[in-house]
Amino acid sequence: MDKVKVIEIKKSVFEDNNREADGLRAELKSRGVFLLNLMSSPGSGKTTTLISLINRLKGKLRIAVMEADIDSDVDAVKIKESTGIESIQLHTGGMCHLDAGMTRQGLDNLPLDGFDLVILENVGNLVCPAEFDTGSCTNAMILSVPEGDDKPLKYPLMFSVCDTVIVNKTDVLPYFTFDLDRCRKNVLARNPKAEIFPVCALSGEGIDALAEHILKMVKDWKEN
Amino acid sequence: MHELGIVFYIIRDVKQVAEENSVKHVSKVVMNIGEVSTVVPEYLTDCWRWAADKEDLLRGCELEVQTIGAVSFCEDCKTEFGTVAHGKTCPCCGSGKTYLLRGNEVEIKEIEIKEE
Repeated sequence: MDKVKVIEIKKSVFEDNNREADGLRAELKSRGVFLLNLMSSPGSGKTTTLISLINRLKGKLRIAVMEADIDSDVDAVKIKESTGIESIQLHTGGMCHLDAGMTRQGLDNLPLDGFDLVILENVGNLVCPAEFDTGSCTNAMILSVPEGDDKPLKYPLMFSVCDTVIVNKTDVLPYFTFDLDRCRKNVLARNPKAEIFPVCALSGEGIDALAEHILKMVKDWKEN
Repeated sequence: MHELGIVFYIIRDVKQVAEENSVKHVSKVVMNIGEVSTVVPEYLTDCWRWAADKEDLLRGCELEVQTIGAVSFCEDCKTEFGTVAHGKTCPCCGSGKTYLLRGNEVEIKEIEIKEE
């Protein structure tokens, strides 16, 4: 019979990623770049919301976007065509999320010192991206009205890691049972610090308040 | 399917430990997976088989998953209770001021090496 040697490790598999993410955040801080990690389920209107938001912010901030998808570059092309800003596409090679290493590789393709705000559009998914710290300075997520106000209950981790929750497609509220107050209660139960912004990306309603909020976060990051 | 990403992390960590200990082949990796860690053990072992067999160090290496039950604690009545059965609400006093004590682990417990 073979003798078996056991080596005890007792180490969280997220430990290295968390360390890389902290390193990336410290570097972004020293260079005065604010990285926002935007998450949501597929079809919630991430790209449309970004276009509306960027068109309001681009006169005030130097912005770049990194699009992460499993495949294709439709989002990066759409952002560039609709806003004129720098936009790059990352492919995750089949993976459902980005981690700090992949985010850093993406940032290496941008002349970082030329930007105040870099928005990372994560893979559309409410589960996996919440597990991995990307090294971002803040996490935001979009919940669209047709998805339902119960999502914070079903995807607790996503809502506990996001300090900004954008409720999109408010124009269809009359056709769904979505209740904004109930949604607010469910979000705050997961993260009492969360700020909630109801918007309609298509009409632009509510985008000004969201733009102000992001402007303030970028300013605070640079100054403090 | 974040299990695949997690498998890549496990492989990276095990490779490092193997290198530090001059190990040429690992026969088993034992994981502690918490009940509410959102990792599905079956997906993890499927992804493991696919990825581990591509590495000389880990070809044929078994991944054993040991589940850690999720337990929460109520700050108001100081009771411990099962998280899966009761969620965030204490079954004894109904308080929502509860937090998870354990059950969120995704950790490599140990590795085994067969010695000649």
